[in-house]
Amino acid sequence: MVLGRAFEDMCAQMYYRGKMFGFVHLYNGQEAVSTGFIKLLKKEDSAVSTYRDHVHALSKGVPAREVMSELFGKTTGCCRGQGGSMHMFSKEHNLLGGFAFIGEGIPVATGAAFSSKYRREVLGEADCDHVTLAFFGDGTCNNGQFYECLNLAALWKLPIIFVVENNLWAIGMSHMRATSDPQIWKKGPAFGMPGVHVDGMDVLKVREVAKEAIERARRGEGPTLVECETYRFRGHSLADPDELRDPAEKAHYAARDPITALKKYMIENNLAKEAELKTIEKKIDEVVEDAVEFADESPQPPRSQLLDNVFADPKGFGIGPDGRYRCEDPKFTEGTAHV
Amino acid sequence: MDRDPTVCVMGEDVGHYGGSYKVTKDLANKYGDLRVLDTPIAENSFTGMGIGAAMTGLRPVVEGMNMGFLLLAFNQISNNCGMLHYTSGGQFKIPIVIRGPGGVGRQLGAEHSQRLESYFQSIPGIQMVACSTPYNAKGLMKAAIRSENPVILFEHVLLYNLKERIPDEEYVLNLEEAEMVRPGEHVTILTYSRMRYHVMQAAKTLVNKGYDPEVIDIRSLKPFDLHTIGNSVKKTHRVLIVEECMRTGGIGASLTAAITENFHDYLDAPIVCLSSQDVPTPYAGTLENWTVVQPAQIVTAVEQLCQ
Repeated sequence: MVLGRAFEDMCAQMYYRGKMFGFVHLYNGQEAVSTGFIKLLKKEDSAVSTYRDHVHALSKGVPAREVMSELFGKTTGCCRGQGGSMHMFSKEHNLLGGFAFIGEGIPVATGAAFSSKYRREVLGEADCDHVTLAFFGDGTCNNGQFYECLNLAALWKLPIIFVVENNLWAIGMSHMRATSDPQIWKKGPAFGMPGVHVDGMDVLKVREVAKEAIERARRGEGPTLVECETYRFRGHSLADPDELRDPAEKAHYAARDPITALKKYMIENNLAKEAELKTIEKKIDEVVEDAVEFADESPQPPRSQLLDNVFADPKGFGIGPDGRYRCEDPKFTEGTAHV
Repeated sequence: MDRDPTVCVMGEDVGHYGGSYKVTKDLANKYGDLRVLDTPIAENSFTGMGIGAAMTGLRPVVEGMNMGFLLLAFNQISNNCGMLHYTSGGQFKIPIVIRGPGGVGRQLGAEHSQRLESYFQSIPGIQMVACSTPYNAKGLMKAAIRSENPVILFEHVLLYNLKERIPDEEYVLNLEEAEMVRPGEHVTILTYSRMRYHVMQAAKTLVNKGYDPEVIDIRSLKPFDLHTIGNSVKKTHRVLIVEECMRTGGIGASLTAAITENFHDYLDAPIVCLSSQDVPTPYAGTLENWTVVQPAQIVTAVEQLCQ
């Protein structure tokens, strides 16, 4: 959680210093959800996120250096600088994105869960119990893809958990103004799956609920819909002036900061001393500083990278007038060929 | 599906019903309900599900019951199917095949008569092929399934009843190559899918009138096989494109641009492109016939081109 917070704060600084561009959506305040869920996963389990994906990537195990590099648009980024803030992917850590349009990652997550079931039932890998987590917000819960996937997952008992990060606001649209029945957890039972509501500012409570849902999925009993009541301390993105939200509401949730709460809990229950926690924070600061240094010193993508990765099989660019495949043309590998 | 257990099928009525045009008949009996998956009516979501499955190791073949229904999956096809290999920096590949019957049928009405190849052609990262004979349907389907790239395979509603002797031995065609249907000297006629048959009908008439048309079924709608096409243009110096797409922004429009750019010096006349009218396909039989290109128009166009 501390890494997530420190990282995001550094992103804001770097953005205003002109190192990061475009749309950057920070996760401050929501750390309990990412940590509470993702830290229970195995490396082979999958997670799918939205554009607010930096911390999901970090929780899943993508090194801070690779995420920061990606944000700086450098070739050492986790997606070689080709994805950016909203498209974090990692095959090694099974992070299946990073999606810009809301809702479009949910079917992809459903597909990953389908693969898991397919492996067990068709390919005969009897011990395959990989689960998939799909993270998305309150705004997405009014979108067709959400409902279509609730149906598909419940119908086929797919090992997926739908995690709603309800932070009450979709840019400037309040959840109450957009939704006929704002209690999202209730929509689970309508499709035949449990719907659970949890205080998303309390990492231990989130973890309890997550544990239950993940184990349910691993046992093959199907999906769960979990609504986490949470809040983003910053605007929707770094370009959002954040003028619509009531300061009293912001203060209410700031007082429930998940990191402060866990610190208090740990100290009161003698699980850690102040000094130990301070050491952790210092270490995290070093990790983040190192990530920035690494990203700064990394090279920009060269021109030759432009046409790489458009196709897994570059024969897809076709046969040129001279009868050779275009990808064999040297201009192609230099990135200057006109395809 | 026998050769590779990760190949699976998903779509509406592909399983128990055997497919709306019986393409997947009996597959569910042989391979089971999970490998031949009957989906609820949720194109965007089950196409996205196919993409997620492809990213995690499977090789799904997603069927649009009618190609037109895939308009509902445009979000997933454009954003995820075409782009994810690139935005993930090459980490995830999407070996998916998206297929289905499209084109103008017999009075099916405007919405069931759509040609989506023109809408999808700009999406970077996908390949598009159109089959037209039993032989190339099998060969292209195999190639598409084995390809690591996402491929959209366009079938035509009126071509499912064709019968042809095809080899017993295994064969796989090349996704990027065009097919020489009839070599000739006077004019290059480029076509694909059902219009191939209108062109061949016109060719019979043209031969009787003393013309010698070269007919090429381009098959690969994206990318174009500029080698086969170019060699033909260099030989005949005259090009006629016959397609079922609408005029505006169709495959013919792109092909005209590509030929002009690459082979301008070899042309003795401007390229002529015969496309369907920019009209929602009418229900009435007579109107429907006037919407698509008919053999008589092809004959007239060649005669004019060769003057």
